[in-house]
Amino acid sequence: MMLRKATEITMADQVIRWALQAFVLLGSLLLVCSASNAAETPNDPVLQMTVGSKAFTESVILGEMLQLLTRQGGIKVEHKRQLGGTRVLWNALLSGEIHAYAEYTGTLLQEILVNEYLQGEAELRQALAARGLKMMQPLGFNNTYAIGVKTELAEQLKLRTISDLKQHPQLVFGFAAEFMDRADGWPGLKQHYQLPQENVRGLNHDLAYRGIASGAFHATDLYSTDAEIEYYNLQSLEDDLDYFPVYNAVILYRADLDERAPGVVALFKQLGSRIDASTMSKMNAQVKLNGESETAVAARFLAKTLNVSVDFQVQTSWQRFWQNTVEHLLLVIVSLSAAIVVAIPLGILAARRERLAHIVLGMSSIVQTIPSLALFVFMIPLLGIGGPPAMVALFLYSLLPIVRNTYAGLKDIPAAIVESAQALGLPSHVRLRMVELPLATRAILAGIKTSAVLNVGTATLAALIGAGGYGQPILTGIRLDDMSLILQGAVPAAALALLAQGFFELIERGLLPRTIRTKTS
Amino acid sequence: MLTFSQVSKYYGEAQALAPLDLDVATGESLLLIGPSGCGKSTLLRLIAGLIQPDSGTMTFEGELLSSENIQLIRQRMGYVIQEGGLFPHLSVQDNVTVMARYLRRDATWIDARLVELANLVQLPEALITRFPAELSGGQRQRVSLMRALMLDPDLLLLDEPLGALDPMIRYQLQQDLKAIFTQLDKTVVMVTHDIAEAAYLGHRLVLMRDGCVVQSGSFKDLCHSPVEPFVEQFIAAQRDPMARLTEVLQ
Repeated sequence: MMLRKATEITMADQVIRWALQAFVLLGSLLLVCSASNAAETPNDPVLQMTVGSKAFTESVILGEMLQLLTRQGGIKVEHKRQLGGTRVLWNALLSGEIHAYAEYTGTLLQEILVNEYLQGEAELRQALAARGLKMMQPLGFNNTYAIGVKTELAEQLKLRTISDLKQHPQLVFGFAAEFMDRADGWPGLKQHYQLPQENVRGLNHDLAYRGIASGAFHATDLYSTDAEIEYYNLQSLEDDLDYFPVYNAVILYRADLDERAPGVVALFKQLGSRIDASTMSKMNAQVKLNGESETAVAARFLAKTLNVSVDFQVQTSWQRFWQNTVEHLLLVIVSLSAAIVVAIPLGILAARRERLAHIVLGMSSIVQTIPSLALFVFMIPLLGIGGPPAMVALFLYSLLPIVRNTYAGLKDIPAAIVESAQALGLPSHVRLRMVELPLATRAILAGIKTSAVLNVGTATLAALIGAGGYGQPILTGIRLDDMSLILQGAVPAAALALLAQGFFELIERGLLPRTIRTKTS
Repeated sequence: MLTFSQVSKYYGEAQALAPLDLDVATGESLLLIGPSGCGKSTLLRLIAGLIQPDSGTMTFEGELLSSENIQLIRQRMGYVIQEGGLFPHLSVQDNVTVMARYLRRDATWIDARLVELANLVQLPEALITRFPAELSGGQRQRVSLMRALMLDPDLLLLDEPLGALDPMIRYQLQQDLKAIFTQLDKTVVMVTHDIAEAAYLGHRLVLMRDGCVVQSGSFKDLCHSPVEPFVEQFIAAQRDPMARLTEVLQ
């Protein structure tokens, strides 16, 4: 007893230090890993390029072609696959986050630049040039929208044109979410044809095929090159009043590529007029119905049609799993540690100043009410696409549980204990460190655990803005209607959430002295 | 040692303490008594600087108490509250020595002082490494007293220190407190609602009601020359239980 033992305070300090060291070490290891992944550049890295694609198969195949051609041109390239929507790609192209992607003329005229009332190709090219963008010759197919119904239904109700739908107000429609909102989508279609149907629901485009096949609704929007039209035995209704514009596929790219990577631009240009509608439809079918990889399909096309033989490697599932794991862990660790570092002081501040508490708790609650997908998209104009904006969004998302629990943990300390510490003469910052924070540890850790689990789950959405992670196989799985791919993302994400929870439970065990631990258990 | 002049305190609209004058002499044991809500705890919390007066001034050893010097002056006061206010996450020894360690007192001095205090309050040394939740109520109050005495303060403030203990332990601790007060010869300001405890431990009793001092003096003064009927009533209500029983049986 004469030799004082190591006190609980110093032991707790030590455990925190170890935990933080482990955390930081893991984080920096991952950073090194991802950096070294990015560093293996072939010969002369004049420029690194990024190409993008939308979240449907055709766009991903075209994106793969661009990627293979760029690599053929000797430039290191990354393909940000299946980003979450037209706006995401367009803004990323404008800001230079991506350099090229395949777009459709109809989408440019009727959706992206609809407010400029452009007439014809010349005006469109002019409008693009004003933004530092260029458009290549059309690829050769028109992937327009169409309204599709099951062939049996069409025969039964004698449906041939979209106008025929007017006679059947009882029909239920299921449209892709994007189609529901687009200027050239359902609202315009309804008005143009004076369609009476009121029972209309929005859903994922790929799921819409299953919906119509199962009879959940009678009509859906189709892309005319979709492989499923034949597969599900659907009939597209004739656009007899010429509502849908022409959606010629074109490669959109940043004008500065002409100088910075003329070789690659020349390769891209070879694609002009080489892909007709049936070729595209077949390639879509090879991926969606035969289960081939987009890369293999794109490479075969390039070899056959352009006589460009590209060597490509399809990632093994382990490589892909490892890459997704590194990306996901990095997202979670960076955003969660930043949230811990910021949220605990915010919670302390709120507990100390009652007036600030309303502001701090209110603000973090507001952030929490923003749907997570929306929060990711909000980040794009500020930070572009990829890891950093996703980390910021996840960081914001992780704040509230930690702030609130820190605040509550400090407020819940019995007044007698706070006053005893005060009466001893301990200054405020020492009281905080030696008495109040240790007593609030359980609550704070509970907040961190909640945040960690939320964070791991929400991070799967980060794939929509090109940040990768376990969301990538989930997105691909939804797109290809492939349950095993979805599970390849969902299962590790769930396991990671449990691991994160366990990790903080271990820390809790190390931090709390035995009496506090046993009191409530 | 301690003077109050025209000190008052409000909680919102409610007056907890009417403007009040009070002197506490060095070495004196002053016992504040009175019914719940009479302001006796408020008075003690004002001395400890846990709350600030709305008017008036307080001095400690001639020094005016203010928010600037309260931090330093607190180190010359020991404070014990009803439930002890021990830190549940710290062992007995860490609870007692937390302030001394913060002040970076010599480690051998801290250890020696710990043993000395354990002996003084008759706490078995084996309990020193335990946590508060592993002690009985009486033991916790002994530890709380050790913590208050650690830096050898000039003034000891006790707010109903025995209020939550059962009668047997309470009686034992009253004896021990009396011995400690006598042995250390410290200035003590203590709050209790138990007139017998106050009479036993205090040189001087201050009886309060509704934020005002009703009468101040020895127990004898209060018994023999009460200034108003309330003093008689307050004492009568807590008379010797045997005498009370006899009265009821008659």
